[in-house]
Amino acid sequence: MDFGQFILMRHELLLILAAVIVLIAELAVSESSKARIIPFALGLFALVTIAGFIPGETGTLFGGSYQSNELTTMMKNVLNMGVLIIFLQSESWLKKPENVDKASEYFVLTLATLVGMNYMISAGDFLIFYVGLETATIPIAGLAAFDKLKSRSAEAGIKLILSSALSSGILLFGLSMIYGATGSIYFADVLKNVSATPLIIMGFIFFVAGMGFKISLVPFHFWTADVYEGAPIGVTSYLSVVSKGAAVFIFTIVLFTVFRPIMEQWQHLIYTLAVMTMTLANLFALRQDNLKRFLAFSSIAQAGFILLGILGANGMGMASVVYFVLVYVFTNLGAFGVVAAVSAASGVETISGYNGLYKTNPKLSLLMTLSLFSLAGIPPVAGFFGKFFLFTSAAGSGYFILVLIAVLNATISLYYYLRVVKAMFIDANEDPAPTFRSSNAMRLGLIMCLAGMFIIGFASTIFDYLRNISDVLFN
Amino acid sequence: MNILSLFVVVPVLTIVGILFTKDFKGARVVSAIGMSIQLVLAAALILMYLGARKAGVTDEMLWTADYTWFKSLNIHYAIGVDGIAVAMIGLTAIVVFAGIFASWEVEYLSREFFISLILLATGVFGFFISLDLFTMFLFYELAVIPMYLLIGVWGSGPKEASAMKLTLMLMGGSALLMVGLFGLYYNSAPDGGSLTWNILEIAKIKIPVEAQRFFFPFTFIGFGILGALFPFHTWSPDGHASAPTAVSMLHAGVLMKLGGYGCFRVAMFLMPEAANEMAWIFIILTTISVVYGAFGAIWQKDLKFINAYSSVSHCGLVIFALLMMNQTAMDGAILQMISHGLMTALFFALIGMIYGRTHTRNITEMGGLMKVIPFLAVVYMIAGFASLGLPGLSGFVAEMTVFVGSFQHQDTFHRVVTIIAASSIVITAVYILRVVGMILLGPVKDPHHLELTDAKWFERLSTITLVLSVAAIGIAPLWLSDMIQASLEPIVAKLTVFNPF
Repeated sequence: MDFGQFILMRHELLLILAAVIVLIAELAVSESSKARIIPFALGLFALVTIAGFIPGETGTLFGGSYQSNELTTMMKNVLNMGVLIIFLQSESWLKKPENVDKASEYFVLTLATLVGMNYMISAGDFLIFYVGLETATIPIAGLAAFDKLKSRSAEAGIKLILSSALSSGILLFGLSMIYGATGSIYFADVLKNVSATPLIIMGFIFFVAGMGFKISLVPFHFWTADVYEGAPIGVTSYLSVVSKGAAVFIFTIVLFTVFRPIMEQWQHLIYTLAVMTMTLANLFALRQDNLKRFLAFSSIAQAGFILLGILGANGMGMASVVYFVLVYVFTNLGAFGVVAAVSAASGVETISGYNGLYKTNPKLSLLMTLSLFSLAGIPPVAGFFGKFFLFTSAAGSGYFILVLIAVLNATISLYYYLRVVKAMFIDANEDPAPTFRSSNAMRLGLIMCLAGMFIIGFASTIFDYLRNISDVLFN
Repeated sequence: MNILSLFVVVPVLTIVGILFTKDFKGARVVSAIGMSIQLVLAAALILMYLGARKAGVTDEMLWTADYTWFKSLNIHYAIGVDGIAVAMIGLTAIVVFAGIFASWEVEYLSREFFISLILLATGVFGFFISLDLFTMFLFYELAVIPMYLLIGVWGSGPKEASAMKLTLMLMGGSALLMVGLFGLYYNSAPDGGSLTWNILEIAKIKIPVEAQRFFFPFTFIGFGILGALFPFHTWSPDGHASAPTAVSMLHAGVLMKLGGYGCFRVAMFLMPEAANEMAWIFIILTTISVVYGAFGAIWQKDLKFINAYSSVSHCGLVIFALLMMNQTAMDGAILQMISHGLMTALFFALIGMIYGRTHTRNITEMGGLMKVIPFLAVVYMIAGFASLGLPGLSGFVAEMTVFVGSFQHQDTFHRVVTIIAASSIVITAVYILRVVGMILLGPVKDPHHLELTDAKWFERLSTITLVLSVAAIGIAPLWLSDMIQASLEPIVAKLTVFNPF
């Protein structure tokens, strides 16, 4: 085989390279100047992100085990952008004296999970898919327990690793049934042999259950709120945006390509999961006061909306899912960024602690408001377009009742998003969080979110481009 | 640039301008300049429209422009106006202009206040110029969401609860509407071809009747909630009572008209068969709205609640008239929208000004205000007379046309509901005259009220603008109804082809 073809894996190789460079650089800097590693790693990763956008070849490697096309490239770029923003937003947290010694570990672990996710997205068989999934999962447990001296963080790490292990087991069990029924692990071969036999349906249900843990769909969501609350914010945002986004991408690809022959069956399943996820997550979110738990349930509900896009099993569905995740990256990171900034400056992480925030920190409050509006799907921010297209896709396949349930859920979700807005703008507080100025990196991260929320919505070329490249799955 | 796009661009520029101001004086001056430009533009648009029609231009929509936005979904930024939209734009411009001056003394977070207010106006203007359902929906939602902050931050009374109730109910309405719009989009090419969001394109084809039956209620109720359709009107009294003056003005004056406008421009115009089939349900509901709103107003003691219930009654009459589906009644419906928009804005402006002086809105605590604040009192009387339909003012023209139109139906059902609805005129007279008698006439009840000062210049400017508009329609309604009538013809034609009555 030709080693030149390895260029197809440029995203993965660049990430591995970056991780190795950070590791070596960490050896080179002296004990007292560990903080220098942070801007270095940031700059390095910014280069990797930009390099990811350079158009390049597409094709398959290793006899179809690895495939890359414009769609997977785009997905990887979406994830890269999310990670870049998270790195920017974590900078001031990493600079804290208790974290600065471990800063390079944070970068290396995150890059390692990202490599896993990239392989997962590009998988052409269930083996690569599973290896990628595990590579993506295990370092996250380390990240969740990053504040290892805090018991909540350590607890989050344990919870994550245990639930991940369980879900991986379930997933593998399902895959082994499918292998048993079809005799192959290659997507292309499985596709040819998939039919609605009981064994395959059973395997498929286990597969969905395993993925449901990763995407945190109801009823597989129980780990989410605890882990989100316990983990450091930089890791929580990673879990809720990048990790979830990657799992959604591969889940969609597998459903659309491998399991296309049993589409009718999986649509029933996804329909039920979508209704349960949206409704239950919304009901839980109504009562939260801790912002991280609140955003955890909100992100579960958002996953329910994403399932609507998946139901429209066509190019439009694929495009709307990728587009929504892109929007979601910028939107949710906007919200998490504000939470991180306020938490870093004043330690406040509750909704009631945000009372009167607009008086002291108007810009952060505005960004938070726009992010929440975007999550709720209100124009003029990108979330409106994202949700609208997801619903368009589901309506296009005739799921009008489901769309109705979804839009009513979106209305309910508006209630709890507005609770935060109300706290910031309306509720009086004699002792609001003090005025502060975030670090430059944090500000850059927040500005990127803000710009993203407007540009992705109004610049129609982005959606049109996604729509064009999404048909590649259906050739 | 297309003149219609200016109606969106000018408010956006005004918002940007406000961002650069330092204090509340700067913010209000910039807003006033921006909205004055908007008013002049609207006046120019009306004149240009009348001129174009006189010159024999017979296109259904004028100044159309069409830019592809999301190519893959065939979403366009498509704009264009007919006489009805022009009239609504004129109404909006007047009410926003008056609203800015009515909130001249908002000092608390004034920049944010004016930005939210103008953002709301942007949504309304955008809605009226849109011909594309997606763009229209976007502007519609844009107009609704600033209400939450406007009521929640600057309101009074149980403002958080009212703001939340209003926002959630209206967003629930837009949720239903969204389903209806998807239905329209996916049925817009029953014979193959590319799907479209364009209203004029969809109007050319016939959407399958089964699809209409399913999607018409979603679309109609979705818009109807904003138009305070019974039993979905409950957001309106609470919201209006808690909202600050300018917001009540804009909301009752303009935003509720979005509901009525959407009902016929989208729901009825695009799905005429279902509209005819289901009209009777909504006629009954709106008849209840009309009478119930009027009775509700009698029982209230708070001036804003009185006016809010009166709005439920009057806006009910708008949808009632639309559902009669003949030229005269629909003509009356549009006139009623504009007339009610102007006079209810006037009412809310006056209530705000009176409240600012007396610090009460309870009618039992006021009396003899005519002696202490004669200007405001006289204007209040004029508004009251317009509301109860005194000839010479806009209310008479509108209500007269509505009832004449609805009585043209020969059958018992329509006759009966018309008579019931017409009884609201009497009830309206009761509550208007009662309020006028209690608070304006008689002896001064509260000795503190003797020291009140009359309207300041900006208050006069705000109210006089509205009074002049009300009188202009009352005295010379023909230019307006000419403008409306020609544009109504294609809509009525589409509706009556299938009319079984």
